[in-house]
Amino acid sequence: MFRNQYDSDVTVWSPQGRLHQVEYAMEAVKLGSATVGLKNKQFAVLIALKRAVSELSAYQKKIIPIDDHIGISISGLTADARMLSRFMRTECLNHRYAHDAPMPVGRLIALVGNKMQICTQRYDKRPLGVGLLVAGYDDQGPHIYQTCPSANYFDCRAMAIGARSQSARTYLEKHLNTFVDCDLQELVAHGLRALRDTLPNEVDLNTKNVSIAIVGPKTSLQICEEAELTRFLSLVEGEERRGGGTATGDAGASGADRDPTGDERDPQVAVAMDTE
Amino acid sequence: MLSVSENFPEYAVPGAKQVRFEPYADNGGSIVAIAGDDYAVIGADTRLSTGFSIYTREQKKLFKLSEGTVLGATGCWCDTLTLTRLLQARMQMYEHEHNKSMSTPAVAQMLSTMLYYKRFFPYYVSNILAGLDAEGKGCVYSYDPIGHCERSNYRAGGSAGAQLQPLLDNQIGLKNMQNVTVAPIPREKALALLKDVFISAAERDIYTGDSIYILIITANGIQEEKFELRKD
Repeated sequence: MFRNQYDSDVTVWSPQGRLHQVEYAMEAVKLGSATVGLKNKQFAVLIALKRAVSELSAYQKKIIPIDDHIGISISGLTADARMLSRFMRTECLNHRYAHDAPMPVGRLIALVGNKMQICTQRYDKRPLGVGLLVAGYDDQGPHIYQTCPSANYFDCRAMAIGARSQSARTYLEKHLNTFVDCDLQELVAHGLRALRDTLPNEVDLNTKNVSIAIVGPKTSLQICEEAELTRFLSLVEGEERRGGGTATGDAGASGADRDPTGDERDPQVAVAMDTE
Repeated sequence: MLSVSENFPEYAVPGAKQVRFEPYADNGGSIVAIAGDDYAVIGADTRLSTGFSIYTREQKKLFKLSEGTVLGATGCWCDTLTLTRLLQARMQMYEHEHNKSMSTPAVAQMLSTMLYYKRFFPYYVSNILAGLDAEGKGCVYSYDPIGHCERSNYRAGGSAGAQLQPLLDNQIGLKNMQNVTVAPIPREKALALLKDVFISAAERDIYTGDSIYILIITANGIQEEKFELRKD
């Protein structure tokens, strides 16, 4: 990204018609570790890769429950995600209080989008540097939504965001038409495979660094515990990685899965994010 | 508008008219709760009334706030509904923030502060909260409309509260009796007593009757029982 004279303020347009600050904010999402969301006819599933800042600290939580029927997975500035999750929780609670019914997912996303847009149009605010994958179930069925710091939101059949998520998106696109008829086990297995494609060579999926959340018709949002995680991980154990690399590190791994910038290791940032 | 003196001049009378709106209604109902060593039972009747009329014979007045806490609330039914909804929303907020459900003593304190918040336009509700405390012993908390909170082993509240409390004092607290040793009351005896106490309430209090729901709170969860009462 090059610096220019139109990128110091979010309220300044560039001559090309771009808001550079908003675009820079979108970069923050790409710094967070990867997370995948997908759905079948009944269930919406979020799978996230957790990172630990060091061996001493715990793995940063990626999936935040919002209500019984909605959960989010974050990528980017964790603190901004906390603010958004608090807002979403109060909106859902107020809706339940006033209407005696769970909040429709699309409506919540619209409220989030409006809230994020305000930060892109005020001189005294900055865009929220976090992207969300929202999984929810309401009377229209399961939903997966993606939100961006630009305040855009997208209704998705499946999506992946975060570092090296292009590999995951490629996997999801390849298998997109099979998701709708999958059962829950297969769906989670697909998600794990998609997530695994984003891993650097030395790392493999295990119960410590993976987080899975499932929501469905009679199932309140549940974030899986260790026992469930082991069961799901065993579904994809031992399979060949698409990238060809193994967990113990393979120096000759193909460069097709790498970021275009050729960055092999996780980006180092100074601000607290769910990265190292 | 509905002005008598404008539309019917022959009915006009001198003097000022006082327009009044009564924000409260008394919808009746009674609650009894008993706490034991490892359980708590709470029962409430199911009659909702106004004046001498009955709204319904099948209104549950016990609200399961969590797996270990039950609130019985009677009085003004609109205030009851709002208060319980608000309580449930606050408890869910607590669960999000603390990653665990609220303990009964915590709910008890929060309810007290919520009621006092409306000190100058109170919730006209008679509350009794029952559950298990941090050590697993039964606990019963009773409230007045503005949040005075007191923990006890047994309490009767609602329209027949004044009739039932002395009966409980005698049978559970063993008050005004000679040569008795105070011993913790076993669960089956507490249940039998609860039913007897409500039968007596239905005899004398017009606002209590129809049936009662009893919730029994133990470490294993909450069981529900229904018991029929006089319908008159």
